[in-house]
Amino acid sequence: MIPLSWYLAVAAILFVIGFYGVLSRRNAIAILMGIELMLNAVNLNLVAFWRYTQPDQVAGQVFAIIVITVAAAEAAVGLALFIALYRLRGTVHIDEIDLLRG
Amino acid sequence: MEWVFFGLFGVLALVGSVGVVVSRNAVHSALFLLVNFAATALLFLVLGAQFLALAQVLVYAGAIVVLFIFVVMLVGNETVDDFVARERPWLRWAAVGFFLVFIAVAGYSLVMSGWEAAKGLADYGAVERVGAVLYREYLLPFELASVILLAAMIGAIILAARTRPPLGRPEE
Amino acid sequence: MDWVDLVVIPIIKGALILFILLTATAYLTLFERKLIARFQVRLGPNRAGPFGLLQPLADAVKLFFKEEVVPGHVNKPVYLLAPMMAMVPAIALFAVVPLGPDLSLFGRRIPLHMGGDVNVALLYVLAIASVGTYGVMLAGWASNNNYSLLGAMRTSAQMISYELPMAIIVASLLLVTGTMSVVEIVEQPRPLWAWLWLWLGFPLYFITMLAESNRAPFDFPETENELIAGYQTEYGGFKFAVFYISEYLHMLTSSAVAVTLFFGGWRGPFVDQFPLLGPVYLALKTVAILFLYVWVRASIPRLRYDQLMSFGWKYLLPWSLLYLAVTAVLVVALS
Repeated sequence: MIPLSWYLAVAAILFVIGFYGVLSRRNAIAILMGIELMLNAVNLNLVAFWRYTQPDQVAGQVFAIIVITVAAAEAAVGLALFIALYRLRGTVHIDEIDLLRG
Repeated sequence: MEWVFFGLFGVLALVGSVGVVVSRNAVHSALFLLVNFAATALLFLVLGAQFLALAQVLVYAGAIVVLFIFVVMLVGNETVDDFVARERPWLRWAAVGFFLVFIAVAGYSLVMSGWEAAKGLADYGAVERVGAVLYREYLLPFELASVILLAAMIGAIILAARTRPPLGRPEE
Repeated sequence: MDWVDLVVIPIIKGALILFILLTATAYLTLFERKLIARFQVRLGPNRAGPFGLLQPLADAVKLFFKEEVVPGHVNKPVYLLAPMMAMVPAIALFAVVPLGPDLSLFGRRIPLHMGGDVNVALLYVLAIASVGTYGVMLAGWASNNNYSLLGAMRTSAQMISYELPMAIIVASLLLVTGTMSVVEIVEQPRPLWAWLWLWLGFPLYFITMLAESNRAPFDFPETENELIAGYQTEYGGFKFAVFYISEYLHMLTSSAVAVTLFFGGWRGPFVDQFPLLGPVYLALKTVAILFLYVWVRASIPRLRYDQLMSFGWKYLLPWSLLYLAVTAVLVVALS
């Protein structure tokens, strides 16, 4: 049986890579992908904790299901925002979206 | 046996995620994202959460990544610029440094970990169990999640619906 | 469970099923051409072999000997990946279809399916159907061609829209059967009202099937007359053949799944005495559904794209929701 900490390590590395994507990218769609990676890493953590600590209560999986729901909602709204943004500005590079800068 | 699967899928998930943040083409990024989601779904299977594994494929691979590729196609294939390399090269070394520290901490915790084998399991990943718990004990959060989805759906439609004459970017 | 059960038997079964599927697909193309010809009062292919029976072989030989061209303006890795992404889900869908009752051979009990007895088989069907989009989408994008891109965007919107009613109808099926294992769905006894009610829902499911496998009247990704074959435009030779085969494979496997879910799969008279009749019944029923596919293609003209979307969201989705609700009431009231 694999120790729990291995799963946690994989999840943590996934999370950090997603975080790197969010910080280093300037294309809004790519940033959203980074966020999805982070949410996914959280899910892996939740399921691993469920399996190793409380397998007879489904709470961990319920958490993960709700995270998936929120991720879907977030992707839908985020991408809709980018489409609206693209119509307005012709770009989705967040450096060039500086309407508020005088 | 389990180690083999864990190693294979874990490495696949890591490769996918690195591909997402490294590749310069948005569609390639989305495809690596797909690899990552699929590998995570397989890890869920290894963990015994069958329902979640398939829900993961259904939602992420079937809808979210499709949506990503759809939007990339819609806004044109803008190459994903590596901002860090261009303007602040020292940030990359800082990132590597942080990563090494992180690996050290993670490795330490791996070596010293007190969590061991999982407790016995009676098919609690199956659809029936998850459904029963989801619709009884967690009914309120479940309904709240569906309200979130509804709100997101309406919001997305309003945001993306065309409010100005067709196409044509506005003059600046 | 020794290594023979775990490794050898699945490999033999898999190879056999693949062989049968691919042969059947080849003859499905002939079946369609012949039938459409008869619908249009023509003869159809009749030169290669008796009744044109060697036509698929001739087509295959011709396609395989064509020069492999990769146009210069494409995104090469994705361009090469796309045909595979189209074919894999079409084959993978068949894994949960039970072909017959368990066989006893050389003192072993051999289940005649690859994995239909898992308790998430129905979800698997939906999941595989949902990743079926990628081949067409990626092909359209990687071709770097406006028509192909339009075809790809239409497909992704179409498939996501028609997956919803499909999932809802499968959920209704789950309410009636109470199990996600496809093997149990086939084998469980069912009262008459349940059968009738399932058959009432089948037309809805069939419409979503047509849309998911990109068949007429929903063949928008390839519309010859507006998109000059859409996503396939930049593909030729073997790679085109893979797309072509996977469309027909998808028809075949989704028909087999529909038969399994709605029409009792391999069950039929005398199957208990002669288990080998099971696959025969399954094949006959599948051919009946395939005939429906061809019939629809020969009779109904292609919709307009906005008609497709409004039909999916304004009619099919509410109907399937209503079907789900009534199913729930019926199941509680009658059982």
